[in-house]
Amino acid sequence: MEQTLRNEKTTEEVALGIRRRVFEHSIRNNGGYMSQACSAAEQLAWLYNEELNLGAPTLPMIPKPFEGVPHKDNPDYHTGAGYNGPVAPDLDRLFIAPAHYALVAYATLIETGRMAPEGLEMFNKDGSSVEMIGAEHSPGMEVHNGTLGIGLSTAAGLAYGRKLRGDTGNVWVYMSDGEVQEGQTWEAIAACAHHKIDNVKAIMDVNRQQCDGAMDSVMEVGDIGRKMEEFGAKVVWVNAHSIDEMREAVKTPHPGQPLIILANSSPFEGMPTLEERFPRLHYVRFKSEDERARFNIEIAESLGIDPIDYAH
Amino acid sequence: MVEMVSRPYEAAFEKHAMAHDEVLCLSADLTSSCEIDKFRDNHPEKFLSLGMAEQNMMSFAGGLGLAGYRPFLHSFGVFLYRRPYDQLMASIAYPRRKVRLMGFLPGITTPGGMTHQAIEDVSVMRSIPNMTILETGDATEVESICEAADSIDGPVYCRVLRGSVPRLFDTPIKVGEMRELETGNDILIVSSGITTEEAMRASAALKGAGVSVRHLHLNTIKPFDHKTMLDHIASVKGGVITLENHVVDGGIGSLMAETMADAGVGKRLVRLGLKDTYAHGGSRAYLMRYYGLDALALVHGIEDLMGQKFGITEDDLSAARVEAVHSLVKAEGL
Repeated sequence: MEQTLRNEKTTEEVALGIRRRVFEHSIRNNGGYMSQACSAAEQLAWLYNEELNLGAPTLPMIPKPFEGVPHKDNPDYHTGAGYNGPVAPDLDRLFIAPAHYALVAYATLIETGRMAPEGLEMFNKDGSSVEMIGAEHSPGMEVHNGTLGIGLSTAAGLAYGRKLRGDTGNVWVYMSDGEVQEGQTWEAIAACAHHKIDNVKAIMDVNRQQCDGAMDSVMEVGDIGRKMEEFGAKVVWVNAHSIDEMREAVKTPHPGQPLIILANSSPFEGMPTLEERFPRLHYVRFKSEDERARFNIEIAESLGIDPIDYAH
Repeated sequence: MVEMVSRPYEAAFEKHAMAHDEVLCLSADLTSSCEIDKFRDNHPEKFLSLGMAEQNMMSFAGGLGLAGYRPFLHSFGVFLYRRPYDQLMASIAYPRRKVRLMGFLPGITTPGGMTHQAIEDVSVMRSIPNMTILETGDATEVESICEAADSIDGPVYCRVLRGSVPRLFDTPIKVGEMRELETGNDILIVSSGITTEEAMRASAALKGAGVSVRHLHLNTIKPFDHKTMLDHIASVKGGVITLENHVVDGGIGSLMAETMADAGVGKRLVRLGLKDTYAHGGSRAYLMRYYGLDALALVHGIEDLMGQKFGITEDDLSAARVEAVHSLVKAEGL
């Protein structure tokens, strides 16, 4: 089953599909996390289409509505991890640490045949499990990461436990560079290094953007690669839009250390029109109907599709 | 007199941890202060040093929980919720991870002052959905806290006593069951943790003065057996008084106020504890006197509650013998 889920499309096709879906969704909804699709598309496409060792989804292709939070009176509660397949000793796990990338992650699930396209129509709708900021119960999510900087620590704990149990699967974390402003990220790297937790692998979207704008204008973080090495990680820089570079980077030996792939990305890769909105790219909401119409035409052309008919 | 037990947590934790494969011991640079240094030396394979990095420790523990382990986190209580509150919420409480938060030095049991004194921990933890709160009041409760905590299907925060701890009870904690220490019918005293010994001292003196005291000790603060408590409240003629090593807001005083108000009980309630104030560094006896958390403060509170003076002095209280409460005394309560 695993094999049938892979490589039905090339990873480049998956990445393009992610951008197209996020674009269409954002045009229809008068805004969205388009820039994250630009920077992250190849990374998430590569993870899901090639690198991650996942089983077939265990949850319905069309997501169920919200069924309550974890509580002693909610015994049937489950997370959205089933879209990544079952939990098994040899399989990988993935946390999307910046849960604000949820729209992009959902688009990836659709492009890789793990969720039906209808899932995206439920995005941010009342009563839906397909939440705007990915929740535990949202498709493809296993833990809450909306509060930035906690993903790597959780992965480290899970990975340590899995190692104790003799599991061979890895724990992957998709990270964003804004998270390095949080002290917890550095605590987590130090803990991984101290306890030689090398079944943690992370890929970080280094787009140099955060909610307020360009990171350098909000709070400079310096040479994060060198700092991570100093804290004990094995670090490899790649071009975030070169799938070949990611394929090579993950082969880097990192015994006794977590591997962090720093993926240099462009926040408007594939949608050059978005550059007009720099440096406020975190959530692009159209300023006018005119802008929406123009972006629709220009970005559709960049992505090789017809403009979206959003009037109806 | 009461037996003093040295470092009851140390052996109790080791026994429990070694009997359960999924139990792991986590420490945040307070290993000997939390009486797990011998455990670290004897069982390094079950011990994780996570350094002075509580935010990471919380989420890391959540990850261990996700992997099927039941980590026991050891630190001073204050460090388990103030700095890493966000991580406690997102990585432990929300997903109901079986993480056991062993909070040492509750309230003013530390001379460390404001930064070290967990004076609002119960209040914070009570308002966290999915959280269970246990508090130890004697050596027997410390000896049984690991098993009690580890029986909880979800996260649990425990106020744990360390060092030399008096033995007041001879039966282990039964989660959810309050201890009936006195069963009189004039007034109801509710205490927990280190204030129970003080209340036992006060109730001995009050009995001598002819007051019929009902005294309950709480080791389970959340969840709470409101129904049983309401029966006790109904069985006294007068009011209720609480004494806690905590601010009076959000702790057991508030718990009683909520219980009484919800049920429409119109009796008086006097809440003793830290009254909207921080404490400072000092010895336990000094701080309990200074902030009105000791037996004398309780006697004065009861005088206020009953509108009577009993002429009980400090000497009467220090002379009052506190004896261990044997289960035979109140078989039905234990």
